[in-house]
Amino acid sequence: MSTTTDFKRRQITGRGIPVPGNDIDTDRIIPARFLKAVTFEGMGEHAFEDARKQNPEHPFNSPVYQGASVLVVGQNFGCGSSREHAPQALMRWGIRAIVGGSFGEIFFGNCVMLGIPCLVATQADLEWLQKAVGRSPQEPVVVDVENQQVRFGDRTIRATVPDGPRNQLVGGTWDSTAVLLEAGAAIEATAKKLPYVAGY
Amino acid sequence: MARTLLDKVWEAHTVRTLPSGQTQLLIGLHLIHEVTTPQAFQMLTDAKLKVRMPERTFGTLDHIIPTTDQTRPYADPMAEDMAAHMYRNMKDFGLNLFDMATGKQGIVHVIGPELGLTQPGMTIACGDSHTATHGAVGAIAFGIGTTQVRDVLATQCLAMAKPRLRQVRVDGRLARGVYAKDVILAIINQLGVKGGVGYAYEYAGEAIDRMTMEERLTLCNMSIEGGARFGYVNPDATTIDYLRGRPYAPQGAAFDRAAAWWKTVATEAGAAFDDVKRIDGAALEPIVTWGINPEMSVGVSQRIPAPESAPEAERPTYREALAHMGFEVGQPIKGAKIDVAFVGSCTNGRLSDLRIAAEVAKKGKVARHVRALIVPGSQQVATAAEAEGLPEIFQQAGFQWRKAGCSMCLGMNPDKLEGREMSASSSNRNFIGRQGSPTGRTLLMSPAMVAAAAITGAVADVREILK
Repeated sequence: MSTTTDFKRRQITGRGIPVPGNDIDTDRIIPARFLKAVTFEGMGEHAFEDARKQNPEHPFNSPVYQGASVLVVGQNFGCGSSREHAPQALMRWGIRAIVGGSFGEIFFGNCVMLGIPCLVATQADLEWLQKAVGRSPQEPVVVDVENQQVRFGDRTIRATVPDGPRNQLVGGTWDSTAVLLEAGAAIEATAKKLPYVAGY
Repeated sequence: MARTLLDKVWEAHTVRTLPSGQTQLLIGLHLIHEVTTPQAFQMLTDAKLKVRMPERTFGTLDHIIPTTDQTRPYADPMAEDMAAHMYRNMKDFGLNLFDMATGKQGIVHVIGPELGLTQPGMTIACGDSHTATHGAVGAIAFGIGTTQVRDVLATQCLAMAKPRLRQVRVDGRLARGVYAKDVILAIINQLGVKGGVGYAYEYAGEAIDRMTMEERLTLCNMSIEGGARFGYVNPDATTIDYLRGRPYAPQGAAFDRAAAWWKTVATEAGAAFDDVKRIDGAALEPIVTWGINPEMSVGVSQRIPAPESAPEAERPTYREALAHMGFEVGQPIKGAKIDVAFVGSCTNGRLSDLRIAAEVAKKGKVARHVRALIVPGSQQVATAAEAEGLPEIFQQAGFQWRKAGCSMCLGMNPDKLEGREMSASSSNRNFIGRQGSPTGRTLLMSPAMVAAAAITGAVADVREILK
């Protein structure tokens, strides 16, 4: 069994991988044909599969980015479908944190449920970070969730996470079933007050 | 102070405020399907947990099923395995499953409202991004991922932050040949694919008030394509009339008491919104997407825009879209040749969608080079269409009449584009690879426009055909 400490996502350090472009949807991250599996195992191999086949220079194909764990993206990353297979594929490929301009909302929530922080930075800072990581792919990116910063080399940029998810990630309560179960009988009590549950 | 539907429904379903500051939100209706649930049931089994409120959980099979021969075992062993898991999980956990044998099977967002499971004032979750569809009756409905499905199964709750609320007002009356699909495509075009991130959309205004329930379902369905996880229409007389007599709606005197409560759920006059956007519904023409996300659309009389017409940050996506679609800047969208026509999906697979497509189908024959599919959204939609003789109209015009399922919306079943085929589709996403071929191309439009494209062999203006 893991201890609570293992769940705390205060700071994540790892090599970066830039995937530039806006509106990269979940169909692009994991094409639907891979959703027919009844487990998430092996999903990492199929991350960006069609995009990688069509573009041999896709960052996920590049040897220099193998082993990277901090994904740096553009605007509206993970828009589209609710498929958790998208963050599962990225996680199983090795991604532990994502820095971008904005995120599809369901994708963002799915990442929180997996303990993957998604931080929001300005367009100018993202462009800098993508280029800087491209120049020095071996250098670690420090994703400081608690202080809402990303550090690379001698530069620090602001990168935010809304309070609720940040508290969950930093406090290690993002794996939420246990937290929700703590409400106990208050769940049924809330239900019984609803006319459609109690009976009209 | 005047309150919104979002305020009232959120408050009524709040179990408590969590230490993180989020709401522990009770989910009144949990809809599930075969694709996003097997891992969740496994997690439940591993944690030795039961389903907290099995009577509030309903399942169906939609994404992976074939639309030709639906007898099992399915030809695709992975699809068969997925179906087998669904049957086993529903049985092991004691849940209601609407499979083919019940006559109530269909796309989860079609059957929820059709059975009257979906009701005003509810919170509704489903492991599918198009769950906002159910907001059409005045519910707070939203898509979730598989780990969240586990949470709803185990606790009937989710940890959620309350979204901001934007009212999207569509004023005026829609012109003939302009439908709810055109309205939502126009909203997404004007507010952007990420314009709604962090928001719930309350749709209001004359055009919305005048819509039938099926049109409102189409409208709310694509909220997520504009970034909004939630979208709803306040319950009114249209809502109450729609729900009356549905099998899972209250019956008799209880229905009247329910209807009285539903009315109290609506946003009150003078309530404040975080912002308000206005669209002139009367000015809309039929809309067609030309690119690789649902924001990239033009009116059927317009031309493919230049990347320079977009903000600088969007131009690379425009160039990528032009390259993928094989369109030239300045080319009229009307006349763009198609290979496939698809009417169906949770967006436009309801009886009224099939009726209008049939009306257009009567005006011609499917072009020789076009493969045209009509896929009812549910078994009940199929039965109703059959009672009206719609399959015969379609078949005589050269359309294939299929069985209910998600079909060609998403490439998880045998209905797929091949190679670079260009599809005129009544579905919701034109993402690269969405319809099953990595190089396939999708033009989103209303069912009427799809039928018009099918008989023309190219993008056509349905208003000219229906004259």
